Amino acid sequence: MWEYTDKVREHFLDPKNVGEVENPDGVAEVGSIACGDALKLTFKLDENQRIKDIKFKTFGCASAIASSSALTEMAKGMTLDEAMKITNQDIAAYLGGLPQEKMHCSVMGKEALEKAIENYRGAPVKAPGEQIICECFGVTDKEIERAVLENNLTTVEEVTNYTKAGGGCGNCHEAIRQIIERVRGNKEVKPILRPRLSNIQKIKMIEETLEREIRPSLKLDGGDIELIDVEGNRVLVATRGMCATCKAADITLKHFVEAKLRDLVSPDLVVEEVTP
Amino acid sequence: MNVVYLDNNATTQVSGEVMGAMMPFFGNFYGNPSSMHTFGGQVAHKIREAREKVAELIGAHPDEIIFTSCGTESDNAAIRSALYTAPEKRHIVISRVEHPAVRALCAHLAGQGYRVTELPVDKDGRLDMAQYENSLTTDTAIVSLMWANNETGVIFPVEDATRMARERGILFHTDAVQAAGKIPIDMKQNTIDMLSISGHKLHAPKGIGILYVRKGTKFSPFLIGGHQERERRGGTENTPSIIGLGKACELARLSMERENTYVKELRDRLETALLTAIPNSRVNGDTEHRLPNTTNISFEFVEGEGILLMMDQYGICASSGSACTSGSLQPSHVLRAMGVPFTMAHGSIRFSLSVYTTPAEIDFVIEKLPPIIERLRGMSPYWNPGKEVCHVT
Repeated sequence: MWEYTDKVREHFLDPKNVGEVENPDGVAEVGSIACGDALKLTFKLDENQRIKDIKFKTFGCASAIASSSALTEMAKGMTLDEAMKITNQDIAAYLGGLPQEKMHCSVMGKEALEKAIENYRGAPVKAPGEQIICECFGVTDKEIERAVLENNLTTVEEVTNYTKAGGGCGNCHEAIRQIIERVRGNKEVKPILRPRLSNIQKIKMIEETLEREIRPSLKLDGGDIELIDVEGNRVLVATRGMCATCKAADITLKHFVEAKLRDLVSPDLVVEEVTP
Repeated sequence: MNVVYLDNNATTQVSGEVMGAMMPFFGNFYGNPSSMHTFGGQVAHKIREAREKVAELIGAHPDEIIFTSCGTESDNAAIRSALYTAPEKRHIVISRVEHPAVRALCAHLAGQGYRVTELPVDKDGRLDMAQYENSLTTDTAIVSLMWANNETGVIFPVEDATRMARERGILFHTDAVQAAGKIPIDMKQNTIDMLSISGHKLHAPKGIGILYVRKGTKFSPFLIGGHQERERRGGTENTPSIIGLGKACELARLSMERENTYVKELRDRLETALLTAIPNSRVNGDTEHRLPNTTNISFEFVEGEGILLMMDQYGICASSGSACTSGSLQPSHVLRAMGVPFTMAHGSIRFSLSVYTTPAEIDFVIEKLPPIIERLRGMSPYWNPGKEVCHVT
């Protein structure tokens, strides 16, 4: 059982500002259902450019809902510049603190607010040069850097607690470690060793896994997938049927095909689609 | 506030009769059963009776029962013993939905050079028996497959599986922690070599378990020490808990039929009412081969922790396979192994009943849960009734 403060319980059981603002000035959606956390934030400004109305819809645990509620209460009445200054720490503090493992909920709130403001201002959503480090949860290097800096994080586990990065397959732990070292100005980087499969073993296992675990599910939705080649850790596939035309095919490849292969074959695999 | 306890696969209440049977052994009967004097010896006599009661529940001989500290110890003892007594064999077969007591141990053993096959399950949590048979090799030391799954209640055909292992001279262990006391087990009717039971899942206290080891099975002790348990498990006997477990097994044998009629009917009533009242909900796991007390239901587009906390406001206790409740960031390994879509896996709730569950309690949950789901869906950005959703399985 999580140790939630009374304030968290209050904002979970009786959340403020649930819903969507009509004709919003700014909108943002962060997270995804695969992660288990997602937040849609909408706001409207008054004539003085202050946030007049702000509402959320959240899929997630109690702390995610409480963080969203707290965020909307805090941001209401602020100018956008003031709102941009709200940090995830402020959200957590407003709630009287969050369990370490749940700090990512406050980070999600902060991200949604920032994105919604960027959406209003028409600024680019992602800074150029930003790259995804944790593919399971779609966390970028900038997000990890910021969490490390703002919260003075020192371990991969702490980064996972704050950003979720590294909480899935664990493949990016080394990359996260390097970001922590870089941000904290320490160049000592230790590699991790893992037992390796031979290429033949790997290809055979990938084939088997596709056949047994993946194709049957895709076929249910009228789709299919074909293994084209395996180059090192790159698994090249072609999508067929419904998958070839489905807009969500990218998500399927990442969250389902790649996750399965990583789970069952090797955590280093990357699935890529090739055009026939 | 009244507690509505529907989390009996996590642990159960110690029944009054069990507690009553135990109490004297915290007080006047504190003697060491190994002592020569009558004062200690009388305790040994009571332990013998308890061993007989445990054996009777599963159709075993009392000599085949080893008292341990918990299900996890029993699982560890069984698997390690099999490996120790067949040092030339380096392969273990388990399933992907095993309890951590087996899965984590085998992951640890894999790090020590053992080869571990984790058999997949289908979308209903069932094993592919042909695939299982193909996984058995001359190098396989032990198969460990659970009798019934703790999260879904799905029952594996372990009695068929053990035959295939025995034909090849492979030891077979089953974690029957969830099955014992809920469905009939008769070790005279099968060839299972080792079987684990945990006391606190069948109304005995925590901290007591047994490992059944079939007569003639080579066994190497996990805890080495005194001559207790015929030198198969060292350590002075946990007398009160052993007595409690004996009583609990006796009661479980007597209430087995009630478990499969009364409890099953209550479970079915709960399940049917919730599925009817709540759209976009479904049962996880094979409903045909399932424990009578368990239902695992997914409510789409909401997250399990929120459901649990809102039910907690009414004193309703259950559990969830969602990521948020486990402390890890991924939904339960059981639901993932079954390929339950993310939209469903995060909102899964397990209700597990017992013979102490009342119809009024079930009605209370049937009344309280639908509005909770509706309320959480009202906050969810994904909830859009009537809209077609493309599932990413």
